[in-house]
Amino acid sequence: MRMTKPLVVAALLFPVGGGAWAQKNAAVQSIEEYRAMLQDGNPADLFEAKGEGLWTQKRGPKNASLEKCDLGKGPGVYKGVFVELPKYFADTGRVQDLESRLLTCMETLQGLDAAAIAKTPFGRGEQNNMTALATWIAAESKGMKFNLPQSHAQEKVFYQVGKRLFFQRGGPHDFSCASCHGEDDKRIRLQDLPNLTKNPGDGVGFAAWPAYRVSNGQMWGMQQRLNDCYRQQRFPYPGFGSDATIALGVYLGVNSQGSASAAPAIKR
Amino acid sequence: MKKHHKVALSILTMAALVAGCASVPGSADLDKLTNDIVKASFRDEGIVKASVLDTDETNRVCSAADVSGKPLDDETAKRIEAINLQTVKAPPGGKYLGDWKEGEKIAQSGRGLTYTDDAKTVNGGNCYNCHQIDKKEISFGTIGPSLYNYGKIRGVANPASPEAKPIVEYTWGKIWNSKAYNACSNMPRAGHMGILNAAQIADVMALLLDPKSPVNQ
Repeated sequence: MRMTKPLVVAALLFPVGGGAWAQKNAAVQSIEEYRAMLQDGNPADLFEAKGEGLWTQKRGPKNASLEKCDLGKGPGVYKGVFVELPKYFADTGRVQDLESRLLTCMETLQGLDAAAIAKTPFGRGEQNNMTALATWIAAESKGMKFNLPQSHAQEKVFYQVGKRLFFQRGGPHDFSCASCHGEDDKRIRLQDLPNLTKNPGDGVGFAAWPAYRVSNGQMWGMQQRLNDCYRQQRFPYPGFGSDATIALGVYLGVNSQGSASAAPAIKR
Repeated sequence: MKKHHKVALSILTMAALVAGCASVPGSADLDKLTNDIVKASFRDEGIVKASVLDTDETNRVCSAADVSGKPLDDETAKRIEAINLQTVKAPPGGKYLGDWKEGEKIAQSGRGLTYTDDAKTVNGGNCYNCHQIDKKEISFGTIGPSLYNYGKIRGVANPASPEAKPIVEYTWGKIWNSKAYNACSNMPRAGHMGILNAAQIADVMALLLDPKSPVNQ
């Protein structure tokens, strides 16, 4: 890292967070206690139950359930699929993540309008059903280790594209994903930031979403998580299930290889 | 959508390339595919236009360096820094320092320029997201160095004095365009990119350099 003199001086006098740790006092500790308390009960359970119900419910113009949906391990299999997504699907000829794959099933099996659902804002209409379904499917792989396939050519290409997207600086603030998630042991305000350029460990980063967010009382899938990161980066709007979001998911998911999924997790 | 089919086609072509050889396609092809995917994936929303991703050479070379895992070579870094240094505009009337109390508010605020903000939102500096500044604020980030005692440790007793001039000008330049001093700095270019105006930057300057600011106690 190149630094000019004044910055070097600052770095020497103030090793990272130096002033902070000395002051790791009651306020910080009470925040940690709050976070520990959150682990006692997770409202994600409610979304899980709703998602499980939606899987078997006959819906849409075709009045069909999702029970024949192929999420990667054959029609109807929902256990263990989450930790192997995103992956390549031969029928669509695309690499898909959980949510974009569910969208395919909602369209092909139930006759719902995939384009209209993709355009629906998060937290409204069918997007609420999408989040519930994703929460339940993810929960069916809780504790399992991530093992995204990298055997298909498109999966390899998407990893490389995802890596480029991760480091893409842009917008008025020049931010990339790596601005916040490129180094170990960094924080924004008091929020710890996982280093997502490598495996951040069990239940951290990619392995924690979908998650229930206590601060706004919302259940978020990975699509919404990535969307809000991009919003805060001052980037434009990434389309729901767009190739950019999926490639990024491949990069993060492959980096998490071997880590256990904690989804659905609970967040501050 | 047509746009999507075009990208799907280029992904297929790329995948065929991968299938044909033992390794992944060349980095130039992947860069192009990434660009195509970005174009097809992001859209205008609220006040944010998709065109904000058509970025400048500074971001392009720094992103590429990050992908490769190798920092810029010295020559490129110096060239990028020179380009950015040229953009720094001195404050109107030579007024480098404003009001540290206003500066603290700007440093606290992380608002503005997201697709959920409106055009009337007053942009914040996002400073505490990454830096320790006033010691009373314990909710600070650690992506940037601590700025507590910023003026004091640099011996700034009177910011208007000739002795203080180099550090005052450097600090102004660093906030206006961080990349003038470190080509691939993580820090936004607050003045150059229009995040903060000159008066706001002067207020943040006062927070860092005014001997009366709580930062320098």
